[in-house]
Amino acid sequence: MKRLVPLIIAICAGFVLIIANFIPYAQEWGSTAQEWFNILAVGAMVLGGGNLIKLHLMKVSAKNKGWGYSVVTIGCFFATLVIGLSKMGVHPNPIYPDYDWSGYYLEEGSGLWWIYEHMVVPLTSMMFAMLAFYVATAAFRAFRAKNTEATLLLVTAGIVLLGRTYAGVWLFGWLPESMEWLRFDNLTVWIMDIPNTAGTRAITIGIALGVVATSLRILLGVDRSYLGQD
Amino acid sequence: MKLQHLSYLSMIAICIATSQLFAESPAPPTGLTITDTPNDAGEACDLSWSMSPDDIFNPIRADEAEPNPETIVSAYLIERMTDDANGAEISEEDRTWRKVNEASAGSSTWTDRTVTPGWTYSYRITAVDNQKEHSEWCNGEASVTPSMQAFNWSKGWLAIFMLIFGGFVAYFINEARSGKKLWVRKIAGLVAIDEAVGRATEMGRPVLFVAGIQDINEIQTLAGLTVLSRVARTAAEYGAQIEVPTCRSLVMAAARETVEAAYLSAGRPDSYQPDRIHYLTDEQFAFVAGVTGYMVREEPAACVYMGGFYAESLILAETGNHIGAIQVAGTAMPSQLPFFVASCDYTLIGEEFFAASAYLSNDPLQIGSLKGQDYGKFVSVFILVVGIFFATLTNFSDADAKQGFAAQTLSFITDNMLGDAGLLPVSEGNTDDTGDDS
Repeated sequence: MKRLVPLIIAICAGFVLIIANFIPYAQEWGSTAQEWFNILAVGAMVLGGGNLIKLHLMKVSAKNKGWGYSVVTIGCFFATLVIGLSKMGVHPNPIYPDYDWSGYYLEEGSGLWWIYEHMVVPLTSMMFAMLAFYVATAAFRAFRAKNTEATLLLVTAGIVLLGRTYAGVWLFGWLPESMEWLRFDNLTVWIMDIPNTAGTRAITIGIALGVVATSLRILLGVDRSYLGQD
Repeated sequence: MKLQHLSYLSMIAICIATSQLFAESPAPPTGLTITDTPNDAGEACDLSWSMSPDDIFNPIRADEAEPNPETIVSAYLIERMTDDANGAEISEEDRTWRKVNEASAGSSTWTDRTVTPGWTYSYRITAVDNQKEHSEWCNGEASVTPSMQAFNWSKGWLAIFMLIFGGFVAYFINEARSGKKLWVRKIAGLVAIDEAVGRATEMGRPVLFVAGIQDINEIQTLAGLTVLSRVARTAAEYGAQIEVPTCRSLVMAAARETVEAAYLSAGRPDSYQPDRIHYLTDEQFAFVAGVTGYMVREEPAACVYMGGFYAESLILAETGNHIGAIQVAGTAMPSQLPFFVASCDYTLIGEEFFAASAYLSNDPLQIGSLKGQDYGKFVSVFILVVGIFFATLTNFSDADAKQGFAAQTLSFITDNMLGDAGLLPVSEGNTDDTGDDS
């Protein structure tokens, strides 16, 4: 029963979404299923938050490796929760001037807005900026000319990298009009439009067919491993 | 003196009134046609008209001299009246003409999405200039009654392809059920999972599994969880620890069920530790910071990434590479695949990732579905080749032949089969203006 009910829900929701895609009458059913999912996800947030706090409290009490980070996590969690729920710094909505909490919770100047603008955004940007360094290290490894394929990749990447900058235009600007196609900026456009698009589309077609086959396996109840069954 | 002032004022008033009377108004738009939006639930009407000659965006003005600045069209005002409410009472406001939209200059179409199915509406349109002068009204050629269509024919070919692929999959599942042996090629990335878990056991370090950053309603997350089932079972059999940080609470709940069942089926329910499958945060980069922090501190011997990933894929894979872990990744995000290929030891590309659960299960029924997938691929390649043939033929044909068989077939493939133009090409004889497929 513990496995059967989720399986029936998954099958019904899947078929409803397929029907909603083709039958205009059932369009609303798809939206309703999505709304149900959103409600479930909001309920599960409590579960997730509770789990987060429990694990970090356990880490602090056992003084596990890196327990100091857990203290910071718990502190930030409760600080954000209190500031958000109390709508600290929010001005009352002009329609309900007597109620301090009637304003928009992310209003400019409010406590939650301040946390988002001055803590979440810079920290997120910092993580995103680190990508540049990771791209460099990954490229260094990927572009080592160990064999024919890797050499081909190195040459192609070199052309595209140079072709996307002014250096590509500048280096081959002297080429006569009849040989203009050899300029790196033109070669880059060709590489991106023809071989790159062909490869991406081949992968995309494979993915689309994989999605159909996986969906059918789940809808027909053949694949139940996501429910913890073989 | 007062009389003189009064006469001056009267003259000014007369001048203003006369100027208003003789103020030039823009030429009206023409040919307003209204149709029921096809393939919908009867909740929209499509309006189209020919732009006013005073609209500077009107293509027929291209060769004309400078427009009259007084009559340049700034917008089109569209009004609607409800003629019949299918038995219901029409509100006072809807019985007369009322404004429903002000379309900007240069526009010649608009879709009214505020209609009720089964009600009958009339429309009219006027051009407005910068002085707010209206042109004459252009009335719609006929009233329209939006109605719900039984089937969305713009997705007709999608439905046919789905039935064909579904038929292949169902057929081969049935074949497998009847005992026929089906051969599937080896997927190196999946064979490597056992090797990676074995290495983690030998080194006494945990195995890290990340099921992407999408929620449980995404097919990639489900595909990731099916692989998790196998990884957890192998870890349970070998006695290795598995760590599963999740980016969504619902994924955490589902992953716990999956891992618990895997430990149970491996005969090691006592080794299952639910706290090792935990929620971190919904925020993409905060999640990756948490996971990479764990990787650097605990140094897992094997990292498996299976699911939907975005920009964080490279940060995860490069950190794993830095700590020297065996890494196996699988995703259906084409833009993230190069990052995984560059940083991981094995990568499941697109369809291989979706084939993983069937491959790992060794269940003939699931393997049958893979065979069906291959036949679907064959159909796709066949259509591609036919399309390439006709596109090449059309390209080499002269201008007159572009209306010929090759061009029409190519247009049918691109617009109807792969586009949303419906099941069959619209011929000149098609008079289905109402879109009710009559």
